[in-house]
Amino acid sequence: MFKQKAIVLDPRDNVATALADLKAGETLRLGVGDKTLAIKLTARIPFGHKFSLNNIDSGSPVIKYGEAIGIATADIRAGDYVHVHNVASARGRGDSTGGAR
Amino acid sequence: MSFLGYPRRDGSVGTRNYIGILSTVSCANDVAWWISQGVKGCAPFLHGGGCCHTKPDIEIVTRTLVNLGWNPNLAGVLVVSLGCESISADSVVEGIAGSGKPVEKVVIQKMGGAAATLKQGSRLARDMVAEAAKLGREKFEDSALVLGVKCGASDTTSGLAANPAVGATCDLLIDNGGSCIFGETTEFMGAEHILARRAATSQVADKIIEIVARMEKRAVAMGFDMRGGQPTAGNIAGGLTTIEEKSLGAIAKGGTRPIQGVYEYGERHHGKGLFIVDTPGREPEFLTALAAAGVQVIVFTTGLGAPQGFPLVPVIKVTGNPNTYKQLSEHMDVFVELGSKAEPGIAQAGKSIYGEMLAVASGKPTKAETINYGNFPNIFTIGPVL
Repeated sequence: MFKQKAIVLDPRDNVATALADLKAGETLRLGVGDKTLAIKLTARIPFGHKFSLNNIDSGSPVIKYGEAIGIATADIRAGDYVHVHNVASARGRGDSTGGAR
Repeated sequence: MSFLGYPRRDGSVGTRNYIGILSTVSCANDVAWWISQGVKGCAPFLHGGGCCHTKPDIEIVTRTLVNLGWNPNLAGVLVVSLGCESISADSVVEGIAGSGKPVEKVVIQKMGGAAATLKQGSRLARDMVAEAAKLGREKFEDSALVLGVKCGASDTTSGLAANPAVGATCDLLIDNGGSCIFGETTEFMGAEHILARRAATSQVADKIIEIVARMEKRAVAMGFDMRGGQPTAGNIAGGLTTIEEKSLGAIAKGGTRPIQGVYEYGERHHGKGLFIVDTPGREPEFLTALAAAGVQVIVFTTGLGAPQGFPLVPVIKVTGNPNTYKQLSEHMDVFVELGSKAEPGIAQAGKSIYGEMLAVASGKPTKAETINYGNFPNIFTIGPVL
């Protein structure tokens, strides 16, 4: 249905969004700025969900739209599924000290 | 470009010509609903508030009802009161009368109960509908439009397709001299710095930061991670991981023009250009805030499929999710093809949504209007129910 199987919104991003249901083991070629990246998926990625473009260490920001969308809570490798199991929000965290900025 | 609308005495232009049946308090909802369903041409407004509030909330509910009464889509208003509620029905009536439109009141406890109030209220509503029916549509420039924008039941397609397309629609309307209002303060968290950079003045920038901090403080005070409440379980199933990701996609629907001001909940729009209204993101409360601000049309983007409209304002549903467009065709008005954010496709989609907005403003019914979906909005209050 779509020309591309996944999209990277900003050259600074370290995640891509799937535009189709993607299979584990599939290799995608993605345009990021002027470059083309080849990413081999380590897991199934459902339509609309995200995968990593490179290694993101635990504690590092996850970037989409060129902005931080959260903090990695585990070491994420290129091609990994990126979602609530390995990314935490930095906002609205009544459960942790720090609270409202 | 132009549309066909109804001229109002205060200089505004309606896209609909309803008699509003406004309940002042949850205890009067049933009678207001019966009147609205028995007289064709009425739009009900029912809600859960109006009594046992602290003073700030009494002010919010009163302001919201008055400004709903001012909405250009109403030719006249019937206020339905119980009689003993915390808010003053007379203040609501007086406030609406300032618009120059006819306004009447019925009080259940004074009229001898529901049956007598239904009879008297229906007679008043019928007379007002007959009077309003004398008015015809006239041609107006699109600069007379105030468009409300909203996203709901979002998934990742909202931020990739539907929201940027609606943002392009907003830019077009503002460039043509009209106004747009967006909001959902919760969904600015993580993106407020981008909005603040677009503020027309430093005061507006400070206000944007302030309303987000205020909303976040309320959420944090509960002592839990907000995730699950915002983003919702449905958002997460649709691929949105954090509120920051949701926000960065959500703000695209407001377009790219400077932000001229920030309204309080229930405040009436004044001025030209792009504005924010401070509200939570939930549909029943947010759509009410847009209607109270005076928008005559709402464009509402959705990923997973939010079905509701609003009783007195037509709501156009836009989705970028092809599965939702197919499966929920009963509810979806416009489909935006998913593609690259920078593609000319987004600008083209913005233009076609603009065309749909003008058609709906001129009387074309939306899907939500056709199936009469969206009769249960609410008013946002901040304090406890006492």
